[in-house]
Amino acid sequence: VARRVLDDDMLEQLEELLIASDMGVDTALRVTANIAEGRFGKRLSVIEIKQALAAEIARVMDPVARPLPLYSKKPQVVLVVGVNGSGKTTTIGKLASQFKAAGKKVVIAAGDTFRAAAVEQLQVWGERAGVPVLTAPEGSDPASLAFDAMTKAQAEGADLLLIDTAGRLQNRADLMEELSKIVRVIRKKDPDAPHNTLLVLDATTGQNALSQVETFRKLADVTGLVMTKLDGTARGGVLVALADKFGLPIHAIGVGEQIDDLAPFDPEEFAAALTGLAVE
Amino acid sequence: MFENLSERLGGVFDRLTKQGALSEDDVRTALREVRVALLEADVSLPVARNFIKAVEKKATGAAVTKSVTPGQQVVKIVHDELIAVLAGEEDGDPGKLRIDSPPAPILMVGLQGGGKTTTTAKLAKRLKERDGKKVLMASLDVNRPAAMEQLQILGTQIGVDTLPIVKGEDPVAIAKRAKTQAGMGGYDVYMLDTAGRLSIDDELMAQVEAVRDVANPRETLLVVDGLTGQDAVHTAENFDTRIGITGVVLTRMDGDGRGGAALSMRAITGKPIKFVGLGEKMDALETFEPDRVAGRILGM
Ligand SMILES: Nc1nc2c(ncn2[C@@H]2O[C@H](COP(=O)(O)OP(=O)(O)OP(=O)(O)O)[C@@H](O)[C@H]2O)c(=O)[nH]1
Ligand SMILES: Nc1nc2c(ncn2[C@@H]2O[C@H](COP(=O)(O)OP(=O)(O)OP(=O)(O)O)[C@@H](O)[C@H]2O)c(=O)[nH]1
Ligand SMILES: [K+]
Ligand SMILES: [Mg+2]
Ligand SMILES: [Mg+2]
Repeated sequence: VARRVLDDDMLEQLEELLIASDMGVDTALRVTANIAEGRFGKRLSVIEIKQALAAEIARVMDPVARPLPLYSKKPQVVLVVGVNGSGKTTTIGKLASQFKAAGKKVVIAAGDTFRAAAVEQLQVWGERAGVPVLTAPEGSDPASLAFDAMTKAQAEGADLLLIDTAGRLQNRADLMEELSKIVRVIRKKDPDAPHNTLLVLDATTGQNALSQVETFRKLADVTGLVMTKLDGTARGGVLVALADKFGLPIHAIGVGEQIDDLAPFDPEEFAAALTGLAVE
Repeated sequence: MFENLSERLGGVFDRLTKQGALSEDDVRTALREVRVALLEADVSLPVARNFIKAVEKKATGAAVTKSVTPGQQVVKIVHDELIAVLAGEEDGDPGKLRIDSPPAPILMVGLQGGGKTTTTAKLAKRLKERDGKKVLMASLDVNRPAAMEQLQILGTQIGVDTLPIVKGEDPVAIAKRAKTQAGMGGYDVYMLDTAGRLSIDDELMAQVEAVRDVANPRETLLVVDGLTGQDAVHTAENFDTRIGITGVVLTRMDGDGRGGAALSMRAITGKPIKFVGLGEKMDALETFEPDRVAGRILGM
């Protein structure tokens, strides 16, 4: 096995590997500095170096790898938020299917009353998952739909209520206020709800994901993350920076467009894919 | 959230007095900061690397004028080079589309959720209202639930015809039907909105190649999320290599992202960025302006 000295040049190459995964410069520097400790100047094989990197990343990610917590609340309200096109509606379809399979009684609320055919899209997912979808006419107030959905889900004794919302960019103060209002109205029904607010992030997004988490957390009390589209060429390295900075749990990852393409977040697998260890 | 380039370089050059010309060392120190600024703005690594090389050549030995600090001098060189790369060789209107010889096909491609369907409708509206074109839109998306209905609803909103939905037809058959309908119906332009696909999905990439071969599009526009990070390089390379794009549309530029994907797209494909999407509404589409995006990438 060819071995190389872990020197400054080598560290720079490792940094670049991490930067190319969207980890961001600061986090990449920190991760490489951590693995250099005790190894600098030593001769290592490429595999050994990548294994050390992957172990370090897995160490950072381990505490945030947590499935969506289930409570005895009826209904447990799960609000799904995020920027446009990140995968909210698809993720709701996948989640509904998983919970249904686990024996839960699930109801979906089509809270995107804005985008063309958003309701029709979610209705198809509801059918696929075998779960009812509560809707309101296009252009109506999503907060009042959420309120009505709470009432219905309570009356029907549902275990879980999944609420879809329209995509919104975090710098749109008006749309973020609309989201805060949805949360306020839900809390009128149940002060502890929404029990989970999931922020759906697209793996192809770069450093803007940091700003997305910061703002959505502030205005919508985000409790956990889902990253979609990890079946593509994007590695999702920004999750490491996010874990470092915010420590929010990562509940699941999207790995395709089909109903079963939602997987638990596995720190080891993620780290192996990110460092290219998985393909060696 | 991130420091802009002037702030970064301000610190680096504080200790320098005006010396007449930028030394190699000054330039190298400055370019390390420029590199970080570009990467934080989501410019893809290989693109940032090449860009820095080009700037290094121009900056070394450049005279520092009395009125500016060395930091400002480097910022100006970087800024000018950025605009030059973003603008490319093309002259005139970046929003000009090759849509003579009716019916002219326009093919819209890209990753999932990038904004193809929305942009298809925005462009159709623009062609109709600004250029007086008669436009037909067709959805070839047989994958995403209600994708065809989405385009149909948008068509009704903007008063542009959509090809009637026939369930069970495959994308190539729909493209053929759109072509026939566009010819018979006296349309100037027909737009083919396709399903989102990963650039490494061989089957779906082959499918869109087949669509291309049926339609022979005059324009093939790659629709890319302006918030894209390092993955821009794969998307640009793979779509351009396999399908052959003629231009790029960057969406979600109404966000607070730094838009480094613009530089990556431009540098890797060599194709012009034609439009930027600035919102969800049907009129939120503008022609690409290199100087605005350059300033944004540098955080200025
Ligand atoms: N490859 C892949 N595609 C995905 C994944 N998740 C969602 N998608 C696709 O991404 C596109 C957008 O997904 P949606 O669920 O509509 O996203 P959204 O956040 O609800 O979008 P808006 O409501 O318009 O803001 C669709 O084409 C989905 O099929 C994933 O994990 N992998
Ligand atoms: N803020 C903003 N949102 C946009 C822009 N362009 C599109 N969108 C939104 O992004 C989301 C996805 O847009 P679509 O047009 O459905 O994307 P697509 O590429 O057709 O998605 P698929 O067909 O699933 O691959 C929708 O919520 C759009 O309203 C833009 O320029 N700015
Ligand atoms: K990413
Ligand atoms: Mg949606
Ligand atoms: Mg679409």
